[in-house]
Amino acid sequence: MSDDVIDEVGLIAKNLHASYGAVEVLRGLDFEVAQGKVSVILGANGAGKTTTLRAICNMCNSSGDVTLGGQDISRLGTAEIVRKGVAHVPQGRGTFPELSVNDNLLVGAYVRKDKEINDDIDRWFEIFPRLAERREQLAGSLSGGEQQMLAVARALMSRPKLLLLDEPSLGLAPLIIEDLFTRFTNLNKETGLTMLVVEQNANLALDMADFGYVIESGEITLSGPADQLKSDPAVQEAYLGA
Amino acid sequence: MTWNFDILPDFVFNGLSLGAIYGTVALSLVLIFKATTLINFATGELAMIGAFMVYVLHMEQGLWLWLSILIAMIISAGLGALIERTLTRPFDPADHLPVVLITLGLFLIFNALAGDIWNYQVRILSNPFGKFPSWVPGLGGDRFVMVLGSRLKYQSIGIWLTLALALFLLGLILNRTKMGLAFRAVSSNVESARLVGVHTGRTLGFGWAIASAFGTLGAVLVAPQLGGVNPNMMATILIYALAGAALGGLDSLGGAVMGGVLIGLIQAVLVMWLGVVVMGQAYMSILQLAAAFVLILIVLLFRPSGLFGSRRVERV
Repeated sequence: MSDDVIDEVGLIAKNLHASYGAVEVLRGLDFEVAQGKVSVILGANGAGKTTTLRAICNMCNSSGDVTLGGQDISRLGTAEIVRKGVAHVPQGRGTFPELSVNDNLLVGAYVRKDKEINDDIDRWFEIFPRLAERREQLAGSLSGGEQQMLAVARALMSRPKLLLLDEPSLGLAPLIIEDLFTRFTNLNKETGLTMLVVEQNANLALDMADFGYVIESGEITLSGPADQLKSDPAVQEAYLGA
Repeated sequence: MTWNFDILPDFVFNGLSLGAIYGTVALSLVLIFKATTLINFATGELAMIGAFMVYVLHMEQGLWLWLSILIAMIISAGLGALIERTLTRPFDPADHLPVVLITLGLFLIFNALAGDIWNYQVRILSNPFGKFPSWVPGLGGDRFVMVLGSRLKYQSIGIWLTLALALFLLGLILNRTKMGLAFRAVSSNVESARLVGVHTGRTLGFGWAIASAFGTLGAVLVAPQLGGVNPNMMATILIYALAGAALGGLDSLGGAVMGGVLIGLIQAVLVMWLGVVVMGQAYMSILQLAAAFVLILIVLLFRPSGLFGSRRVERV
């Protein structure tokens, strides 16, 4: 029972700072993703969206408190953070181009020790039949949309508590983006997977999200429930092209 | 000028067995390059130290030759992993210069150390493939078998079989084990490997270990052709192996072996056969090494990714 109570708490980041060399990219962000919900971080190029996700995974020079399910993960190495249940789909897909589609999924389950890994791979091939057709092909030979599907499936192979998505719409055709976001929404609704999405495509992201943040130059300038943000004049002007 | 084709197979056999050894050492280079994109210049000297371990275990301590080779490969693997852990991991992987300088430093240190302990004369090391074993019908005790009118040495056959077995085992490790999967993942995309929970440091250590064991195997196999072991035995071998790796593609394991074999063939057929038989003795030794350098130059100029390597797109 106590586990359930703790699990109600999703991801909480407090006073998150990050820098590349002398350049401070994040200047003390506070945000959270409630358990089973979707939060989105909107921002222009260079606002610090990608760095935010990298800071959560301890992949850059960062400081601040990050807790997942009430547990402090801010001092752990990336490989350990993954073991705590964080899956990260980095910008530009993050697949393994020289590995087969099947091996990409297999390595996605690297942290697991159970015997259901192959069942999970089969399940993903049912969900994404296009990947099943290309099972033995190298991931590098897939189209952009297929690679994004593979990257998401690969991330979910670790059976994470939290999925981080870094601009999943980048470089994809509009129809494919819509399909992808529908899948994300279903994933959240059906499995209750907690997600943090950073996006420039505000429309789709806010449709899917429960809560949203806007960051500019490494600081949160606006936050609120997704539908409120959608009707906010500042957001409309800057991100929705209204 | 006489075109003597009768003894050509002789040179082809020799080229293929030398080439197999270059391939083994090239594989050692490529295993590390694939994962880290840096050339380990200490590859040859590490292999030489491994060959001296076999010398100590087998010739001095009287251990069974193959057991000595196995032990030397395991110690080499440990040494490789130790070098990765202590001398390369503390450095930023994106900055190649410090680590390349370290491997160059290790090259000098190992060479001087071996020279100090064993001095620079050649010491005889038993040939694991000197004579056909007695159970081979009709050939037991012979050093060669006649094929195409030329002598095919048991040594060549042994080298090919050993390399084939080693490649088969490497394939099993890389394709059928979790560590192998992790190594392929790190080689393909370090950042994503970290994001699926792979400990990249340990995995690179594993790569260094396997690479060092392979190098030692190569050095042991080449020793009989050089008359034995000595601290400078790997210097030219490393250059041919580098040429082979560049020809095959620095990031392709299969390419490394193919490239090494091709270099051996080129060396034997084009240079030795043409040089000795057709043009006369004098050009031979100069041409061999020159050919390797010329080939590296040609590959780097016209096809930097090699025959089997993937073309890299550098983002600036």
